[in-house]
Amino acid sequence: MITKRIIPCLDVKDGQVVKGVNFKGLKTVASPVDLAREYSKAGADELVFYDITASAEGRKLFTDILKKTAANVFIPLTVGGGIGTLDDFDRVLKSGADKVSVNSGAIRDPGLISKAAKLYGNQCVVLSVDIKRVDGTFRVFAKGGREDTGLEAIEWIKRCTGEGAGEVVVNSIDTDGVKKGFDLEMLDAVCNAVTVPVIASGGAGCIEDFITLFKTLPKVDAGLAASIFHFGEVSIEDLKKEMAREGIPARI
Amino acid sequence: MIAVIDYGVGNLFSLGCSFKAIGADAVVTADPKVIRDAEKLVLPGVGAFKDAAKQLKESGLDLVIKEECAKGKILMGVCLGMQLLFDKSFEYGEWEGLSLIPGEIRPIAERIPEGLKIPHMGWNALSMKDHPLLKYLPDPSHVYFVHSYSAICREEYVIASTEYGADLTAAVAKGNILGCQFHPEKSGERGLDILRAFCELKEEDLC
Repeated sequence: MITKRIIPCLDVKDGQVVKGVNFKGLKTVASPVDLAREYSKAGADELVFYDITASAEGRKLFTDILKKTAANVFIPLTVGGGIGTLDDFDRVLKSGADKVSVNSGAIRDPGLISKAAKLYGNQCVVLSVDIKRVDGTFRVFAKGGREDTGLEAIEWIKRCTGEGAGEVVVNSIDTDGVKKGFDLEMLDAVCNAVTVPVIASGGAGCIEDFITLFKTLPKVDAGLAASIFHFGEVSIEDLKKEMAREGIPARI
Repeated sequence: MIAVIDYGVGNLFSLGCSFKAIGADAVVTADPKVIRDAEKLVLPGVGAFKDAAKQLKESGLDLVIKEECAKGKILMGVCLGMQLLFDKSFEYGEWEGLSLIPGEIRPIAERIPEGLKIPHMGWNALSMKDHPLLKYLPDPSHVYFVHSYSAICREEYVIASTEYGADLTAAVAKGNILGCQFHPEKSGERGLDILRAFCELKEEDLC
């Protein structure tokens, strides 16, 4: 049986890992390559590298880190942040990424997902969506959660998976950084709308939150988190053991 | 020396790095001479069967691979590279493979219950037979899969399978011809264990 994946996310800026609360107030943690190696040893099933640099030097630094990580860590790597063109896909795939996640880039260029999926395969294209409740609807936000696009989230996700996105990362802005659990209502709505793997993101504060996620929503394939892993609040080893004890398929 | 055959399909960065990580002497190459001189071959590949088979044929490397394998050289196909070892695939049509192992590649969707997601993507456990390629793997061992098609062949060629609503072929062997449907270069320590065992294989182990 296929196992539920646990995915630490590393937000990288100027060669360092950062994690904000509600996307603001960034705080520096450790070297991304060291963290990636530690996570892989601890049993992480996959890693997400998020490039939050805007400058050209920052981008070069990010690509170097990606290469170094891919040369040392042999689990799937997903890269996101600033992916807006097929050239961006090419650049990170050649540096060792296995999957590429698009967010604002797909909103700016609605043809990006289908072009990338044709060239690299659906399994390579991950749709990442930042979603926030506005007037009782799920709304897609762009630019790191700062801009309301006016798009209805479930319709947007259906359209993107129809065009070839092979996986969806659902990041709830409402629960991100709050550490009171994943946004089960939002995730349930997404799971019922798509047939591709769904990755839950935003809100995990403790091991129990992952157990609740996988038990309540068996259709969710993976749980993603950042700061709770970086700051050692949740150990991946303990989390995996607890999942196995609770009867959730886990790779130990 | 191990030659990882570069015929323009997919990303060979990780595969090259994983051999380096275990201290193996491996090169990523498209040069027929290097392939002929190599002690062992790896045939990688991601993407569509049709395109990969076409690239192999147009580069002429299909013939080089067949000749070398006929001499007994050890070859391991990985992911789409493993599918190419078979007679044909039914991925969007009907396409010829290398026919190094009798069998064909068919959609997983034909065999698994509705409701299971396709592709079969993620970490899944292997159910293994006794084979030198798998000698370092503890039971259970999880490896990383990404595929929508799988090999249908005689039971004697299957050395490992994985359960995803049905038993899917995970690794195959026919003498000196080996293949993994999963990605050893993305399967953490277990994947490196397989590559280590591959590096140590001798032709006489596989008779």
